[in-house]
Amino acid sequence: MTEQPRLADRNAAVLLPELFVKWFAEKGWSPRAHQIELLARAQAGQSVLLIAPTGAGKTLAGFMPSLTELANRPRRKPGQAHRGIHTLYISPLKALAVDIERNLGKPVEEIGLPVTIETRTGDTPAHKRQRQKLVPPDILLTTPEQLALLIAAPDARRFFEDLCYVIFDELHSLVTSKRGHLLALGLARLRNYVPGLQTIGLSATVAEPDELRNWLVGQNPPKTLKSPAMAGLITVAGGAKPDISILDSQERVPWSGHSARYAIPEIYEAIKKHRTTLLFVNTRSQAELLFQELWRANEDALPIALHHGSLDVGQRRRVEKAMGENALRAIVATSTLDLGIDWGDVDLVVHVGAPKGASRLAQRIGRANHRMDEPSKAILIPANRFEVLECRAALDANYLGAQDTPPLIKGALDVLSQHVLGVACGAPFNADLLFEEVRGAAPYAALERETFDRVVDFVATGGYALKNYERYARIRKTVDGLWRVSHPRIAQQYRLNVGTIVEMPELNVRYVRQGRGMAGRGGPVLGKIEEYFAETLRPGDNFLFAGKVLRFEGIRENECVVSNGAGANIIVPSYAGGKFPLSTYLADQVRGMLADSGRWQALPEQVADWLRLQKEKSVLPKRGDLLVETFPRGNRHYMVAYPFEGRLAHQTLGMLLTRRLERAGARPLGFVATDYSLAVWALDDMAALFKAKKPSLGALFDEDMLGDDLEAWLNDSWMLKRTFRTCAVIAGLIEKRFPGQEKSGRQVTVSADLIYDVLRSHEPDHILLQATRTDASAGLLDVSRLAEMLSRVRGRIVHKHLEQISPLAIPVMLEIGKEPVNGRANETLLMEAADLVEEAMGRG
Amino acid sequence: MNFSLARASLIAEADMVGIAGERAVCDPRGVLYFPDLRLLAVSDLHLEKGSSFARRGALIPPYDTGATLLRLQAVIADYQPAIVISLGDSFHDGGGAERMHQSFRERLEALMAGRDWFWVAGNHDPEAPADLPGDTVRELAIGSLLFRHEPSKVRVEGEISGHLHPCARIVQRGRSVRRRCFAGDGGRMIMPAFGAYTGSLNVLDRAYAGLFRLETLMAYMLGAERIFAISRSMLRPG
Repeated sequence: MTEQPRLADRNAAVLLPELFVKWFAEKGWSPRAHQIELLARAQAGQSVLLIAPTGAGKTLAGFMPSLTELANRPRRKPGQAHRGIHTLYISPLKALAVDIERNLGKPVEEIGLPVTIETRTGDTPAHKRQRQKLVPPDILLTTPEQLALLIAAPDARRFFEDLCYVIFDELHSLVTSKRGHLLALGLARLRNYVPGLQTIGLSATVAEPDELRNWLVGQNPPKTLKSPAMAGLITVAGGAKPDISILDSQERVPWSGHSARYAIPEIYEAIKKHRTTLLFVNTRSQAELLFQELWRANEDALPIALHHGSLDVGQRRRVEKAMGENALRAIVATSTLDLGIDWGDVDLVVHVGAPKGASRLAQRIGRANHRMDEPSKAILIPANRFEVLECRAALDANYLGAQDTPPLIKGALDVLSQHVLGVACGAPFNADLLFEEVRGAAPYAALERETFDRVVDFVATGGYALKNYERYARIRKTVDGLWRVSHPRIAQQYRLNVGTIVEMPELNVRYVRQGRGMAGRGGPVLGKIEEYFAETLRPGDNFLFAGKVLRFEGIRENECVVSNGAGANIIVPSYAGGKFPLSTYLADQVRGMLADSGRWQALPEQVADWLRLQKEKSVLPKRGDLLVETFPRGNRHYMVAYPFEGRLAHQTLGMLLTRRLERAGARPLGFVATDYSLAVWALDDMAALFKAKKPSLGALFDEDMLGDDLEAWLNDSWMLKRTFRTCAVIAGLIEKRFPGQEKSGRQVTVSADLIYDVLRSHEPDHILLQATRTDASAGLLDVSRLAEMLSRVRGRIVHKHLEQISPLAIPVMLEIGKEPVNGRANETLLMEAADLVEEAMGRG
Repeated sequence: MNFSLARASLIAEADMVGIAGERAVCDPRGVLYFPDLRLLAVSDLHLEKGSSFARRGALIPPYDTGATLLRLQAVIADYQPAIVISLGDSFHDGGGAERMHQSFRERLEALMAGRDWFWVAGNHDPEAPADLPGDTVRELAIGSLLFRHEPSKVRVEGEISGHLHPCARIVQRGRSVRRRCFAGDGGRMIMPAFGAYTGSLNVLDRAYAGLFRLETLMAYMLGAERIFAISRSMLRPG
């Protein structure tokens, strides 16, 4: 069960109060070993990380220490002051908190415990929040954002002073984002209120449990310890080995694309053969498409539903409810269903498209069959040929128990800024003490004092070199050496903007009756759609949303007005988020599979054939090599590289390579990137340049491209602007845009893009720009991964010049033309529009 | 003369528009220049918008005034106008001129030196800017042209105004491009906002209702190096 010595070899009955023993006996159950173990460790004063698969009774285990302690606690006498919160439970999802309230309430009632359990989320009405402050429940179930708000309240210390335990559910998914940073800072604050605070982390299997163990405990003072402080670890082995197969389709697997349309009849057959099928896809667009195609095939009118994050909450709840009641035969879903909510009797998981990461696959497959001793059943549906390789690799990984959760990143400075202001809203702070406290939070353990001081300066006056805003400071250091909020209004503003989730601007999709056009009103809201997509629509266009074909009528304030649509030319919305790049681990597995023809037997025949043909016509790279092919086609010259490092890293590489080729005089015209490869095309023969070493291929792919070239390109990149907007909102520089705020507000507000342009040209080293670059490098650009790749392939680049396109190059070549490529593209579009006008006017 | 040669080369025939019989250059940097009058018009500078926000707790970078002045300096250096008209909302609020950093004030005064400078009163800055030279006027008529801040409801031929911060949007090949623009129908012209922190409002918004003759309305969208003249049929709301 665990590699650490067990504390719980004593009889469970010694640890469990009488009431619990009776309850287990009445149910005919016995407590599980890890539940008792966790209880024993907690009673010994330890903080603990529990790693267990779904269905292992994780939640009950997590609450066991609190429940037993509360059961033994003397009752409050009338007239005695109300006690503060005893246990704080934090979950990444509101829905999960609500779910736990239900699931925990039942045993508490049956055991007959005098314990109050309440939730506090964004949906909790004001009067209930008020009451919770006066009469706190014993156990409060909440989210990271609510914790931040509680900390920013003046009575925070009193509210939390009786706190004993903090339980973090789905810790693995909380810690990898900025939300995790905010939460870690919140935890450090709680530890300041209650130095002996114990934490309990509940997590699915992760690659590096030690990172989570660090996260759970205070990191201060790190210098005096030989090894960093860590929580104890309890690991529960996985249940039955899942039964996963890759669809061996009778149809031809396409070269490229993501729709998996070819497999619809086979997917439909699988749904018919099972009770309830959960179909996972990677993006909301894929969800809409798959749902549409399934209904087209649905001759038996099986109840098939759709669930993704853009749909109206009401509709999502209805689907979830129907699912809980086992009223559905199939649900098409995106990652909104990834996390551990209990979903009825799912007996088949179908994963459409490659899972992109082995851990994600394991999580999703865990959704089927919530009883851990029965094997989960899953089918993977690769959408194209490279995905066949990826699915195979993921499948092998799942059997091997390999994990590829992303590494934790250093605490973000925009989040720290938010926290510093939040702390000041709660109570005046001393900078020295707050610095020590912040360093106690694992993501900020290595924070330097100078950086911290700059953050405080930023919170106070914006931190600009031009000291212009002293008189408008948001926080001020008073004579007693404490920093205080300078005006109550600051705290109000803070409360409206708390949190780290910054959405793309979205419009409500409002349905009106057909034929009413923009005059129609009062129909239901179907969900939300990203503003930039709505802006590309013309009235009369048909698009796919919420499983329906909708006709776009127009945009009215913050609403996108639609009616029933029909027709052949249906547009599928694209969404900015939700595309995961191929994980490093899987990429390595795919490269390994390519290099080892012995493993091709496990692949469908048509895919193995494709690889054999590649070997014949070109080469297949060794596991650590980078293959670069060049060939002419039409009147252009192509270069295709196969790094397998994911779309984001490839896009960055493509940008940098084209800049270099431009300088070398190859006259590049554009590039296109997929998860697996990258194609660049040019007017000149790049192979000839490489041969003449102007530059050599090695020099072209040299790591020094990550220096000036990256810097120069980065500054003009839209990706940096998008990242800046997020940072600026989180850091409290600009306010969140709330639904209902009118677009004509444009004249009044200042857009993040304009601020970015001004700040970049006047103070490029500003702390917020630093935070932005760090974020972009890790996120949208994936620079670190690119750097690792470039260093790995140094001296190992295999160049193959061909007379024509190779089999392996076909998928990426088919992507050409689907995406715009160069920075001047907008000007070109304007030119076209202007030319059209001139033409129509008979001029020019 | 050297500078007039420089000016002549700037004036591309493609960027010329006619307003009530006067010829003007729509400069892609967002200013209007009348070569025959040696007159430069610029609108909605919104100087000190940054500090105006800072007063209310939003500490956005205090560099907007500097950035705006730098761009203004560049166009004035290119055209060397005899007359400059700032079409209102020159400062984001009444206290803007007072708050302006000394170095910026000096730069602005250097730009003003040696030419006739008119501050047209705007809704954000109805009073004359504190301690700055130049004449503050409600509106200004020169030849067949009338310069004022807000476009008047009753149509006046030859009116040049600002206030609305026009922008236009087109969609080509499934992609949307939005830019600031001059909006004109041959008779009147609304200028884009020039300030570094100024947002914009689509010319198809109802705020523009009734202002233009729709059949001749053109949006002159600002490109990187030139103006793109787009007719109304190509424009999209939002």
